[in-house]
Amino acid sequence: MNRSITRFGVALLVLYTAVFAQLNNLQLFGAQRLNHNPINVREAAKDFERKRGSIMTADGVTIAESIDTPGGVTDRVRKYLDPLVYAPLTGYFSRDYGTGGIEKQYNDALAAKTNAQKYGDLADLFNPQDRTGNVTLTLDNDVQRAAAQGLLFRKGSVVAIDPRDGSILAMYSFPTYDPNTLSDVDRAAATAAKKQLDADPAKPLLTRAYRDNYFPGSTFKVVTSAAGLESGAVTPDSPNFPAATSYTPPLTNNALKNFGGETCGGTLFEILRVSCNSAFAQMGAEIIGPDAMVERAQAFGFNDTPPIDLPDAAKSVFPTDYGKKLQTIDAFHAHQNAPSGPGGPTTTAPATRPPVYVYENTPRLAQASIGQNDVQATPLQMALVAAGVANGGVIMKPHVMKEIRTKSGELLSVYTPAPWRTAVTPEVAATLREAMVGVVEGPGGTAFRMAVDGYVVGGKTGTAELGTSPPSSHAWVIGFGGVAGQVPSVAVAVLVEAQPGATEQTGGRLAAPIAKAVIEAALRAR
Amino acid sequence: MLHTRRRNTELGLVLFAALITGGLYVLASLGNNAKIPANLGPFLGIVVALLIAAHIATRRLAPRADPLLLPIAALLNGVGYVFIARLSEDLGKGSKRLPGLQATWTFLGVAAYVATLVVVRHVRDLDRYRYTLALVGVGLLLSPLVPGIGVSVNGSRIWLRVAGFSIQPGEFAKIALAVFFASYLVDKRELLRTGTYRLGPLLLPEPRHLAPVLAAWGGSLVILILEKDLGSSLLFFAVFVVLVWIATERAAYLVIGFVLFGFGAYASYKSFGHVRTRVQNWLDPWQDAHGRGYQAIQAQFAFASGGATGAGPGSGMPTLIPEVATDYQFAAIGEELGLLGSTAVLVSYLLMAGSGLRVAMRAAQPFEKLLATGLTALLSLQAFIIMGGVTRLIPLTGITLPFISYGGSSLLANYILLALLMRVSDETALHQERVTADVATMVPVT
Repeated sequence: MNRSITRFGVALLVLYTAVFAQLNNLQLFGAQRLNHNPINVREAAKDFERKRGSIMTADGVTIAESIDTPGGVTDRVRKYLDPLVYAPLTGYFSRDYGTGGIEKQYNDALAAKTNAQKYGDLADLFNPQDRTGNVTLTLDNDVQRAAAQGLLFRKGSVVAIDPRDGSILAMYSFPTYDPNTLSDVDRAAATAAKKQLDADPAKPLLTRAYRDNYFPGSTFKVVTSAAGLESGAVTPDSPNFPAATSYTPPLTNNALKNFGGETCGGTLFEILRVSCNSAFAQMGAEIIGPDAMVERAQAFGFNDTPPIDLPDAAKSVFPTDYGKKLQTIDAFHAHQNAPSGPGGPTTTAPATRPPVYVYENTPRLAQASIGQNDVQATPLQMALVAAGVANGGVIMKPHVMKEIRTKSGELLSVYTPAPWRTAVTPEVAATLREAMVGVVEGPGGTAFRMAVDGYVVGGKTGTAELGTSPPSSHAWVIGFGGVAGQVPSVAVAVLVEAQPGATEQTGGRLAAPIAKAVIEAALRAR
Repeated sequence: MLHTRRRNTELGLVLFAALITGGLYVLASLGNNAKIPANLGPFLGIVVALLIAAHIATRRLAPRADPLLLPIAALLNGVGYVFIARLSEDLGKGSKRLPGLQATWTFLGVAAYVATLVVVRHVRDLDRYRYTLALVGVGLLLSPLVPGIGVSVNGSRIWLRVAGFSIQPGEFAKIALAVFFASYLVDKRELLRTGTYRLGPLLLPEPRHLAPVLAAWGGSLVILILEKDLGSSLLFFAVFVVLVWIATERAAYLVIGFVLFGFGAYASYKSFGHVRTRVQNWLDPWQDAHGRGYQAIQAQFAFASGGATGAGPGSGMPTLIPEVATDYQFAAIGEELGLLGSTAVLVSYLLMAGSGLRVAMRAAQPFEKLLATGLTALLSLQAFIIMGGVTRLIPLTGITLPFISYGGSSLLANYILLALLMRVSDETALHQERVTADVATMVPVT
């Protein structure tokens, strides 16, 4: 029998060798392929259970933290403490659907994966430390709450920024969501929550404050004013636009009407105060011209992505293509039998300025000059416009991270403020500030609801018509506030989306009180 | 002296197995809890004490037996325990009592090992009770079908529930039947060797002598159909065919076996949904990666993430595999101990198989030879079937991984099997000692 037993032994050896070969196939040769298979959740699941630092506001309120759950399904779970108020910024941390917002931007620091955290000092080898990073934001809890409470359950966005260093003080948009549902350890529950959020037509997962574009409407007139002032064609005294109810740009018969058919005109401060469409459209089309408009819009950051430390920021747009250059404005008017619109404004501009030309798409420029047509801006971009004006013309890089420290207090990273753009000269900025303060404080100013006792507040309202029936519009306001004689310490942009009605009062009525509350909170927190 | 040398080797290896087990336990605790648990001392003490107790019993009851078998069983038992303790940490509340129970089963297993060595003093004792054992074996095998005490778990009706305890009688039935087959085949092997009956190119023995072969085949089909236990069915049949082949030294039986197996496998593939699912998951689990193929794919991911050296005990995520504590423990070992660890387990079974077959080849009596071969085949084929299934080398059939898987029946049965092998080995060595002594005392004829 021994011969058969030997053969059986050999057969067993063959079978076991086959298992060994298969093990090699799985664990060595095929391992890479299996590890990177898209349905393999092992890597994500590992991250999901790893220790993770907290996220807190500048004034020390913890808004996201990982809590150890001994005996739970996972070792720890991510908790958001004021989820609906902070979700637009913190984003979410899920096992199967990745991360968003701050959780994504500072994932490596939070999860202790940066080199500085991985290779601490030699002593760590023997006394391992929790080196996860706690991220402190520039956000202020009171300002953020004021933003959320102000918007309440209306669709829209609020951005508050410190113009002096670019710190984001508040960033909120509604609809918001509860990120706790996405970090649920019950994977089926998290999946259901994600599906529901994805299917929601209001897109709660999209932080519209910096990721979605809107017509800026009349708030854009600040940029148009800046273009005029910077080019030298516009001063506080000149030109003086004749009172009119509408303006018809060259090459078209479509008149741009003032809201409610009102009559308005005058010099810069006056037309800004009452938000005069006819005057600004004419200013952009006939006095500033496309080159200077495009140059100034881009100096404010349009057509570029703001360098904010958040994922997937959207680019704001100012149209650059106006077609073929035709003839000078003066030549154009000379050839017209009847003067267009309100007739030529009286100007004291020096005659040495190069002439402004009519282009094929000058009507488009007229619309763009009042924030219509193809102008698109994020609430963040409009806040940066206000911040640039407030900060003497220099727009600081917007940022939300203040510093990152380990649990034991070791500083891992600290944000150093840096300028992003020079939008205008300090002189032009000073003029614009004065003009915007007039919009709040002057007679008939559309942003009078923004006024805060004891502080200097400037602003500009906007009502971007959506062309719907019944009429609806985005209610906007941008502005700044601070102590008299100092650089303002807060700049804001408030957008309330798709509100019924379309009068120039809409922006002032709906958005300005929110801006006021946010400015007040920011000034108190200073 | 041979027996002293063998037992000292065994002691050294047992201590080494205890050391590996303790080391693994410490590492697993570090990974999962980041601290050494307070109950480590008593645990290590109990393991070492149990294994040394088994060793001391062997010194007294089977001093000349093979020195490799017990330490390897001890190592596998220890590694299995560490992984059960480690998995129970992650599996949630219902699993918290698994480590305590498995420790109890280990204790009972060692007790059964000692008891078997005490009761079975001579291998020929087993030969005498062969029909009793056959009856017991068949009875045990069919007992889950009895209404009232038999229960279905995960679709397989292979459990008895008596007084709050779940027993898998099939585990014990295998041993009883292996003993019966060995005994029966030794008697009939001459009859089975001589072919008198021609069927095509094959020269077969009298059909009435073939009856037991067909009965075994029929029996395995009964298990397959009525109890839906693919693994046991396959194992039962394979061991029987191997025994017939070795007893008769006629390869024709292997051929017949394979043909019958092929026929049975094809028929059950055609008739049973659960068999079809197993085969489809083996051929292409990716087709339904989130449904029926999920478990197989998660197991592959587990092996892959382990790589060459593994995630480290306690640091992997084996609980992503459904039912990891029962069918897929080998994948958990592959993930956390890597290719090195999974290969070590594989080699351990191979060494046990080698030792078992060496015992068989040295044995003096045909019954002892066949018994040792049968027991070794049971152990090593069972390990192959489940390891091959988990690695997707063959279709998965849910049977336990000997000495490693959780479960009292499996552990007890395998310790009894081990004791029987040790008994054969001891008796063989004793026999050889006597022969050598007889030769030495012979007076040369002058």
